[in-house]
Amino acid sequence: MAVTTTRAASGARPAGVGVAIAVMAAIFAIAPLLGIYPVFLMKVLCFALFACAFNLLIGFGGLLSFGHAMFMGTAGYICAHAAKEWGWPPEAAILAGTAVAAALGLIVGVLAIRRQGIYFAMITLALAQMVYFFCLQAPFTHGEDGIQSVPRGKLFGLLDLSSTLVMYYVVLVIFLAAFLLIYRTVHSPFGNVLKAIRENEPRAISLGYDVDRYKLLAFLLSATLAGLAGATKAIVFQLASLTDVHWTMSGEVVLMTLLGGMGTIFGPVVGALVIVGLENYLSAFGQWVTVITGAIFVVCVLAFRRGIVGEIAAWWARRGH
Amino acid sequence: MTEIFGISTQALFGQLLIGLINGAFYAMLSLGLAVIFGLLNIINFSHGAQYMLGAFCAYFLLELAGVGYWWSLLIAPLVVGITGIIIERTMLSRLYKLDHLYGLLLTFGLALIFQGIFTNYYGSSGQPYRLPEEFSGAFNLGFMFLPKYRAWVIAASVIVCASTWYVIERTKLGSYLRAATENPAMVQAFGVNVPRMITLTYGFGVALAAFAGVMAAPIYQVSPLMGANLIIVVFAVVVIGGMGSILGAVITGFGLGIVEGLTKVFYPEASNTVIFVIMVIVLIIRPAGLFGKER
Repeated sequence: MAVTTTRAASGARPAGVGVAIAVMAAIFAIAPLLGIYPVFLMKVLCFALFACAFNLLIGFGGLLSFGHAMFMGTAGYICAHAAKEWGWPPEAAILAGTAVAAALGLIVGVLAIRRQGIYFAMITLALAQMVYFFCLQAPFTHGEDGIQSVPRGKLFGLLDLSSTLVMYYVVLVIFLAAFLLIYRTVHSPFGNVLKAIRENEPRAISLGYDVDRYKLLAFLLSATLAGLAGATKAIVFQLASLTDVHWTMSGEVVLMTLLGGMGTIFGPVVGALVIVGLENYLSAFGQWVTVITGAIFVVCVLAFRRGIVGEIAAWWARRGH
Repeated sequence: MTEIFGISTQALFGQLLIGLINGAFYAMLSLGLAVIFGLLNIINFSHGAQYMLGAFCAYFLLELAGVGYWWSLLIAPLVVGITGIIIERTMLSRLYKLDHLYGLLLTFGLALIFQGIFTNYYGSSGQPYRLPEEFSGAFNLGFMFLPKYRAWVIAASVIVCASTWYVIERTKLGSYLRAATENPAMVQAFGVNVPRMITLTYGFGVALAAFAGVMAAPIYQVSPLMGANLIIVVFAVVVIGGMGSILGAVITGFGLGIVEGLTKVFYPEASNTVIFVIMVIVLIIRPAGLFGKER
């Protein structure tokens, strides 16, 4: 997908980005101390991680997956099941969920990268719907009820996650680690080849790159991190439900990334913050939230394609150069 | 009672009929998607929502104005088609120079808006739509009873699909359309008003979805989310068939409906997923789709 915001990712100097990441980490680190509800912040962090994983694929690989909920949801179910039914410690349960999401990502990736563009989106959506029906019918997911009251347990047998603040900082560490991994990936030679494929696939092929392998790796990494987000979310909210595998969730992550800025490092985080905040404050309005979500989609596509961070970066670039 | 493979023929033909009905809707919807995609290069994500709008339009006409089924069959596609034309003129037309995925995102947003508004007023439960008098009763085919309305749905769907195919493949207007699909700039240079053709094509595709919605109203209930899950299956149908040909879309639609019906008889647990499984197999064997051409 021809993303209009390549500057935002590459224009800022690495040192500046390093400072920005440190500022972001500091803001999140002190936010609960300033009286912001930690459970809300954890929700933001989980969705921010989910959106960053998604952005890796669309923003840097040009692949629009419309089925990313399947990785988040499946990882959530596996993690919740492992923690509750098998009594696994949280770190093992999260790893199990993430691993299953990775395996699923490998299978879906192999199938989906056989087609490009619009077909890619439709295939991922259809496969996600298949996973949804599986989760609806499989006995271990408990259908409409979901897996409830998942124990948070003790991380490495030391940190008691039932304390909200301890849980919060664990989630923050997971998020920052994944964020840095994505940042590193995007700025590695691998990330550059990925961007080359996004811009001009035939040329990348003619330069001798095995395009399918790069796409598959990007898909795998994105699915794995989306799974990490889902597994963490299951431990945080002690719940794994059908909501997380439904196609509306796939749409939501697209929206977060689009609103924040596709192909920018910080865009998905900003987008997740705005959308989760919006849903939190508008939850009393019921179905109107769906209408507002749809309206944001339409406005973003028509007038605001660079997203919040993309617009800021473009403004900064105009001013600075 | 006669049996085949341990299944009563009555159940078999019953499910086959249901499959054929579902197939009729798959065919009509994937046909609309294929027509729109051909000229606009956009996957119309709001197709399911527009199908729902058609059904609600018929419902309102009957409940509020007392306008019956036959007039609805004409008015609803017209009304929804006009809203489609407005959407194309005001929004979609700004996106043609951009990546095609933006069209998908825009129509996804529109689908959320339509579905959200109707869910707000009608919840997720369905409203019943009265079957017209003349369709009560059934034909006795000897081996099974065929309800009159279901026979009409299949017949009407075949007629609509066949005439669309005829217009596009066999008339002068259709030849312009096919030419514009191949090379819009060249067709424009010959003095054909391509932008207007694009607008009307989108309106027609959307009207087709609304027509299917009116047809569906007496069978399935009229509900805000009736199109949401259907459209994903139709996407899979489109991937299986490939969007290269009109005939391909129609055949794939009916065929997969029947396969789904048969699955319900022999292995009911898989009936929800069988189409997706077929999609996976097709992707492995023939990535371009059964009737598609690689491009």
